[in-house]
This record gives sequence, structure tokens and C-alpha cells, in this order.
Amino acid sequence: MLILIARRLGSMVLIMFVVSVILFGIFETDKLAVAGKVLGPYSSIEQRELWLDQNGYNQSFWTRYVIWAGNAMRGDFGQSLQLKVPVSEVLWPRLANTGILALFLFAIMIPLSLFMGVMAGMKEGSFQDRSITVFSVLTTSIPEFASATLLTAIFVFTLGWLPGTSSMTGGFSFKELILPVLVLLLYDFGYITRMTRASMAEVMNSQYIRTAILKGLPYKRVIVRHALRNALIAPFTVIVLQLNWLLSGVIVVEVFFAYKGFGKLLLDAALFGDIFVIEACTLVAVFVAVASQFISDIGYTYLNPRIRFS
Amino acid sequence: MNTTTAPTVERPSVISRFFKGIGLLRESPVGMFGLALVIFWVAMAIIAPLLPLHDPLAALVPFQKIMTTMPDGTHFWLGTDDKGRDILSRVIWGSQRVLVWSSLATVVAYFFGMMMGVAAGYLGGWWDEVISFIGNVLLSFPVMILYILIVSYLGASGINIVIAVTFASAPGIMRIVRGLILDLRTRDYVAAAQTRGEPAMRIMLVELLPNARGPLIVDACLRLGYTVVAIATLGFLGLGLPPPDPDWGLMIKEAVPLGSFAGHMMVIPALALSSLILGFNLLADGLREISLRD
Repeated sequence: MLILIARRLGSMVLIMFVVSVILFGIFETDKLAVAGKVLGPYSSIEQRELWLDQNGYNQSFWTRYVIWAGNAMRGDFGQSLQLKVPVSEVLWPRLANTGILALFLFAIMIPLSLFMGVMAGMKEGSFQDRSITVFSVLTTSIPEFASATLLTAIFVFTLGWLPGTSSMTGGFSFKELILPVLVLLLYDFGYITRMTRASMAEVMNSQYIRTAILKGLPYKRVIVRHALRNALIAPFTVIVLQLNWLLSGVIVVEVFFAYKGFGKLLLDAALFGDIFVIEACTLVAVFVAVASQFISDIGYTYLNPRIRFS
Repeated sequence: MNTTTAPTVERPSVISRFFKGIGLLRESPVGMFGLALVIFWVAMAIIAPLLPLHDPLAALVPFQKIMTTMPDGTHFWLGTDDKGRDILSRVIWGSQRVLVWSSLATVVAYFFGMMMGVAAGYLGGWWDEVISFIGNVLLSFPVMILYILIVSYLGASGINIVIAVTFASAPGIMRIVRGLILDLRTRDYVAAAQTRGEPAMRIMLVELLPNARGPLIVDACLRLGYTVVAIATLGFLGLGLPPPDPDWGLMIKEAVPLGSFAGHMMVIPALALSSLILGFNLLADGLREISLRD
């Protein structure tokens, strides 16, 4: 187990290192271009040279990389070109906003999709299984901005029940959170439901469940005490990996509803060419992705005694 | 001497096998429905130039509702947008654009993914280590972030979208192909080819890859759907195929601010996009169902 953790940690650090070198290489190999971004397109070559000199840029690529990476690890990502404030000052609040979104999403999605998956997998091929499966394919098939469009058309423009933007200018508001969470929920829950269903169906076909039923245990007890334990191992991995998907999905939803979160920050930075914000956001996103992969691997090994020492 | 020749079995032609495959799909109603949706949009994309449509770029009469007939007898079946362009025509021409670019991107991604996967799976050793590591690095990026990084860095154009899709999809394809090849390389026909002294390149491309096609067809179908979503999403984020040619994602982006009084402008392309993706997903589901059956 410890060896496994150490190996996983090692590959995690290696991937973070490679990703950060790639990012730094793409955006900051050309020093003059960096200075041009900072000082604006009309700055002269001399001004750029002067800026490079003053900010310690006239060193070798690797020296600059080490300084940059060291600062990044301490949370100092430089100054945002578009917002004119230190990147860390916008990054963490925005990340917290996305965290709020994710918290509500997971609080609703996990119980719902596990319940529906178990209901579907309990009786494979039954009517409830078929309808849950078709429904989850249907909702997963609709791209987020399409379902956002359709839901907005219904709840905002036709019924007028909900606000169409979630910029939270008047302070935190639950009402503005409903549509973004609903859109993410529709898109994401189908996947976990189908994983749970597959895993549950497999368990229900196994020998020990048949034994439990044949020896006369009440059906409810068979499900709750015997089946669920094994059936929920696979979905656990998927739920943690969902964090990675969420970082993708949240971009579209935040842009659509003008929610001031991490995804919108990244897109705005990408459209503006705000390289320091792009670097910071990407590093954070890849870190979350790699860390969730790590947790999912370790958790799966821990939960599943069959593969613990293999 | 008694020489026996192995009885030669005539292999059915590609076309008859294709129709046999479609026949098998008939057993899955869900798959047939998906196929129908996909065929509908592909047909629309192909016959778009032959249909009696308005010019998708011509500014006619702005803000017409669905099923409008103008006094001079011109119909706008799905209405017009804020610039007076016919929405029916834009949706159909948009299907051509999204299908052409997504197929191209998927084919290119498959080419690189298969080459990487077959090399990693068959050659093993350092090839495997290096290729798998590259794959892991690319897969550690959340997909949408990878798209945004690549397209915003290279600039928004069709070719750059193909490049972005290749970077995002090829590692996943590589993993699937690698897994399949690891299993296939232990088969007797591979050993036979090695004994015959065939070069590794030939074994990989002629012996191994064609035998891995089954699961890859299902995956390609799903991936085509993802690519359509990716292209439309990039269009929606303002990083897609350049205007003014019709693009579903961009149509939605432009329509959302006007949604309160011209809702049809945003709902129609959203429905078109959803139905196409649904088609790909159901078709993939149906194909998987049949392939598991036998």
C-alpha cells in the first residue's frame, strides 16, 4: 500500500513538473513577447528590454523556470494583465465560487445518481431499468450550453421564475444558483447513474447474492447489507474523477450564466491573452485533476480488499 | 502423396457486410433510432446545396417568428434571426459545417491515436513508457481547458480546432488501442507473421490493427459525438470556426442575449445540436449492445 502511494505520488509530481514546463515553455520562452504583453502592443523594443532587465528576465530559461515555479508554489503567480491586480487575489475567490457551485452539485447529484443507479441495476432489463437508462442517456447527450439554452427558454423567458444570469451582483443568492446547478446536474448525473447500474447489475448476478436470496433473507436486507457494499466501490472512483469533468463543464456553465467562477476567469484570460492568469488557472486545474486521480486510485485500492496486495 | 487444400471460403464483400451489420442493428430499437437521427443530419448536410433554401448569409427580414409567410410569398419556416438571415437554412448549412470538421478532426485524432497505441502495445519497452507518459500528461488536463489553451494560443480556425481535438482525443484512443493490442499480440497469427519474418511495421498495420476494429467502431461513434459537442462549445465560447458562416454554437451564443423576445433563435440550434449528439450516443449504445451479444 505504501509503495503504491509513493509510486502514485511520484508520477503525480512528475506530471505536474512536465505540465508546468510545457506551460512555461509555451507562454514565456519568448521573453520579448512577454514584455510586449505586459507593456502593451505599442511599447518600443527599448522599453521592453528595460522591463525585462528590471524584472530579472535576462537569465537562462531554466533559471527563470525555477524562479517562476518557486513563486507559483508559494501562491505568487504574478500580476494579471487584464485586471491589474495580483493573480492570487482573483484566483482564490473565483475558485471558492466554483467550489460553492460544486458543493451544491455534488450534494444533490451523489445521492440522486446512486439511488437511481441502484434502482436500475437491481432488476436488470425491467421497465424501471430501461426508463432510467434511456433518461440518463438522453440528459447526458444534451450538451451543457444547449440544455442551459433550453432551460433558460423555459424557466426564464417563458415562465419567468428564475433569473437568467447568476452574476451575484446583489450578494449571494440561492435563486441564481438553481439553473447552473441544474444544468451541471443534468449533464453529469447520467454517467454516475450508469456506472452504478452496471456495477449493481454485476453484483446482483453474483453467486453470493443468489445464495442470500435462496436462503430466505428479506430482499431489502439482501440489497442493503450484501449488494450495496460491493456495488458502490466502482461508483466511488467515478465520483472522485467527476471533479476533473466538472472543471471542464463548469467553464461553459459559468460563461453562460455569467457566474464569477474559475471557469469564466480562465476563459476571459484566454480570450484576452492574460498569460499569467492562464498559467495559474491551468496549473490549479491540472493539480485538481491529478490529485483527484490519485485519491480515486488510492481509495479504490483501499475499498476493494481483493486488489489490496496484488 | 495426399495433399489436402484448405477449403477456400469466399469472403463477403465490404458492402454486403455493411448491410448485414445494419441488419443486426435492427434488433436494437434504440440503436436504430440513433442511426436514423445521424442519417437524417448527414443527409441534410449532403443535400444542403440542392434544397430550395434561402442564402444562409443573406440579410432578409429580421426577427420573423417560426412559420412566417411574407406578403410576397416567401416562407421562413423557422423564422429569421436578428440580422434577417433564414434560420432553417443556417441550421442545415451549419450541420454540414459541423459534420465536416468533426469527421475530419476525429479521423486525424484516430490516425495519431492508433499509431501511438499500436506502437506502445506491440513494441512495448521504452516506446510504451514514453508514449504512455505523453498520454498521461495530456489526459491530466481537463479536456475543455486543453481546447481553450490550444485554440486561444494558435488562434480560432478549422485547422487549429482539428489540432486541438487531436491533442485532446488521441491519448484516449491510444489507451484503448494499446489495451486491445496487448491482448491481440499473443495470438497465433502474430507469432506466425513473426516467424515468416514480416517487418514489425507490417505486423502492426496489417495483422493487428484490422483485428482491433470492433471496439474502435463503437468508440469512434461516441468520439464523433464528443467532437461535435467540442466544436459547438468552442463556437459558443467565441473560439470556434470563424463567422459569418453558420455555426450552431455561435448561433446560440449570438441568440442568448436576445432570448427574451426571440427565443426561437436560440432554441432551434440547441435542439438541432442535441438531436445530433443524441443520435451518435444512441447509435454507439446500440452497436455496443450487439457487439456484446455475440
